[in-house]
Amino acid sequence: MSATLTELVAISDVNPVPWARGQMAFTLAFHIILVPLGVSWAFMTLIANYRAIKHDDRDALVLAQRWSKYMAVTFAVGAVTGTVLSFEFGLLWPKFMGQWGAAFGVPFAFEGLFFFTEAIFVSIYLFGWRRLKPWTHFWTGVPIVLAGLFGAASVVAANAWMNSPQGFTLDSNGNVVDVNPVEVIFNDAMPLQALHMILAAYVVGPFLVASVYAAGMLRGRTDRYHRLGFIIAFSVGAVAIPIQLGVGDTLARWVYNNQPAKFAAIEMVPKTSDDVPERLLGHINNQGEVSGGIPIPGLASWLSDPSTGKSTTVQGLDAFPADGRPTYGEVNVVHLAWDVMIGLGTLLFLLAVWYAISWVFRRRMPQSKWFLRAAACSGVLAIITMEAGWVVTEVGRQPWIVYNRMRVEDAATGNSGIWVMTVAVVALYLALGIATIVVLRGMSRRYRRAGGFTDHDTPYGPSASPGDTAAEAEEEPVR
Amino acid sequence: MSTTIAVILMLAVVAYAVFGGADFGAGFWDLIAGGPEGGSRPRGVIERAIGPVWEANHVWLIFIFVILWTSFPEAYASITLTLYVPLAIAALGIVFRGASFAFRKVVVTTRYQRMFGGLFAISSVLVPYCMGAIVGGVASGEVPAGGEAGDPVDSWINPTSIISGVLAIAVIAYLSAVYLVWDARHQGDAEMVEYFRRRALIAAIVVAVLAVVGLIVLHSEASYVFDGLKTRGLALVIATVVCGAGALFLLVRGAPRGARLLGMLAVASLVASWGAAQWPYLLPESLTVSDAAAPSGTLQAVLVAVVAAVVIVLPGFGLLFLLHQRDLLPEEGVEDVADQASGSLPS
Repeated sequence: MSATLTELVAISDVNPVPWARGQMAFTLAFHIILVPLGVSWAFMTLIANYRAIKHDDRDALVLAQRWSKYMAVTFAVGAVTGTVLSFEFGLLWPKFMGQWGAAFGVPFAFEGLFFFTEAIFVSIYLFGWRRLKPWTHFWTGVPIVLAGLFGAASVVAANAWMNSPQGFTLDSNGNVVDVNPVEVIFNDAMPLQALHMILAAYVVGPFLVASVYAAGMLRGRTDRYHRLGFIIAFSVGAVAIPIQLGVGDTLARWVYNNQPAKFAAIEMVPKTSDDVPERLLGHINNQGEVSGGIPIPGLASWLSDPSTGKSTTVQGLDAFPADGRPTYGEVNVVHLAWDVMIGLGTLLFLLAVWYAISWVFRRRMPQSKWFLRAAACSGVLAIITMEAGWVVTEVGRQPWIVYNRMRVEDAATGNSGIWVMTVAVVALYLALGIATIVVLRGMSRRYRRAGGFTDHDTPYGPSASPGDTAAEAEEEPVR
Repeated sequence: MSTTIAVILMLAVVAYAVFGGADFGAGFWDLIAGGPEGGSRPRGVIERAIGPVWEANHVWLIFIFVILWTSFPEAYASITLTLYVPLAIAALGIVFRGASFAFRKVVVTTRYQRMFGGLFAISSVLVPYCMGAIVGGVASGEVPAGGEAGDPVDSWINPTSIISGVLAIAVIAYLSAVYLVWDARHQGDAEMVEYFRRRALIAAIVVAVLAVVGLIVLHSEASYVFDGLKTRGLALVIATVVCGAGALFLLVRGAPRGARLLGMLAVASLVASWGAAQWPYLLPESLTVSDAAAPSGTLQAVLVAVVAAVVIVLPGFGLLFLLHQRDLLPEEGVEDVADQASGSLPS
């Protein structure tokens, strides 16, 4: 029997490398949408929770309570999609893990620690609404925020290590024989990359949450509850986005200095030269000729190093052997993704400026329908911006999985049947994505119908006594 | 130092079995609880028992992975290279289980509750089977070291894998039933106490029978591990039998608290005996713990992370369980009027 099964596996003799890349890219692209919610939603919930207790604000209390319920769903989905990634490291990239696990794995040892902390306190916070004292309950939410920050930094440290592999010694056979864990974690790419991702989480999560309330307000739900939900979320995003632009700019200069091939792809520079234009859009063909787009003379050189201005030399793709840099097809992807990230990031920034100006001069949020329409789109736009940024860093590193050390094709599994898993994963994740949205919308609709809490059923309220709970249970319709 | 890390890895596996495993076992009882009418009471007990803790328990698996790939990268690479089919099924099953359990809690219509509940329950059985099959494949030496993949089919469809997969389901079902007896008593539901007590007794007998069958299979299929159980792992085997028998006795006598502790110890020593039996190998007779170990710098970092986990995570974990058992985490938030109007699961 097993012989036939083995033959079946052999029939599907498909090159596993593109499938492994595609599957990894797809599952990461999915997971990265849930990450910002895991990292920043707890922070927004705590703001609402703080307001609720401090000012005895009922709307804020309802918000905090419902956000924590939504958060529980997205956290659970994020936890399982994250688990799939830890399977995939081995299932798709066994040679990479076998060769580099001793170094690459180190940040994950700490990530595991933070994820554990997060999972524990999410449970305590979520289930503790009724029976814990208000401030005690509030404080059980704080570790979630901290663990989210440190956890994200740890995961990004591992990715940064792939861009800037260091902290190890190899023997003559290329095996890792000595590891300095501190250098692995705090590799040169880590501080900026980690900061960039954490800020991305504090941009995407808030804009995503705010966009839901903006859409609600456009449909006429302009009560205080909706406005408060919008203001808390949007304000967090509006504070994060300008900082993000600054960090992103610094990070780009780091790439210019340390990953010149990626930088050449980002700026679509075929030949090394000075006075390099910043080209918006455009295309590079297989002969390495750039066409189309809008070139802004000298700007790429000037941005790379303002101190030398237009005379800054930017290394072009021709400075690298063809098999040691992204292909022209990949260069087009990286450059387009870069333009998308910068373009949408700037739009989000301008939206935040609009919001800030209104607060400064009118002491209230903008009332314009156009602002609300833009804000209703900001969540999706922020996700696209983040995905584009992630494409830049991952595709821009090609053909390397570990920069200048190991190629993607040498890292992948040899299992030719891996495409079956890819197909299954894509189908499952599509169903999961749809189910998540349907479930969240269903919760929201149900909450809307109801409007709020009844008096005897408020969190932190008198119903905490077991007698009341039992009485309520009896009142509930039996199914 | 590699020995220390290997022991920590084993402890993490034990923790996953006795905490995470029990949550999977609850899914097994959910699966066979019957129709929506008759099964709603045991499902309610299960929901309340595992609701607040399953996510934290699940993280033990992440911990196992991280320790394995960081400290013993070659072992992780070899296992994933050979046993990719059951690993892939387990990964997908974990997605089904976690997501559908979270969804079931928040949807209100019976149709959706049944759909998500069914997915939760089926995947709760599938995942432990795959985990058991993986352990069986490793124990019977089906996973070669050194970057070569073993047989993608025989490595997990073989007598040892099948018996350990079935044993895994039986063990977690047993453990879960023992816990649920305690939970039901705690929730003041005498009928459910009896319900789960009967099931715990049946499961205990099934586990005992399967364990004997397993020994026979190991004797012919995985002689290294079988010999190890008679020597290196003997003390743990005896502990398993003694604790298991003690738990059975207390169950019959109706003392759920002691039964819970002894049941947990029995499963812990059963899992640990497998580790001891294949010592000093990670992959029996092809890769030892010390050969697979990462450089000392890496192991030190892992040790630091583990110590930090003991300092930070264990108190949190303890707090979660304490609050849960003192009923301070009664339900997910409060009942919204929304839930009352449309009549959600009584939670």
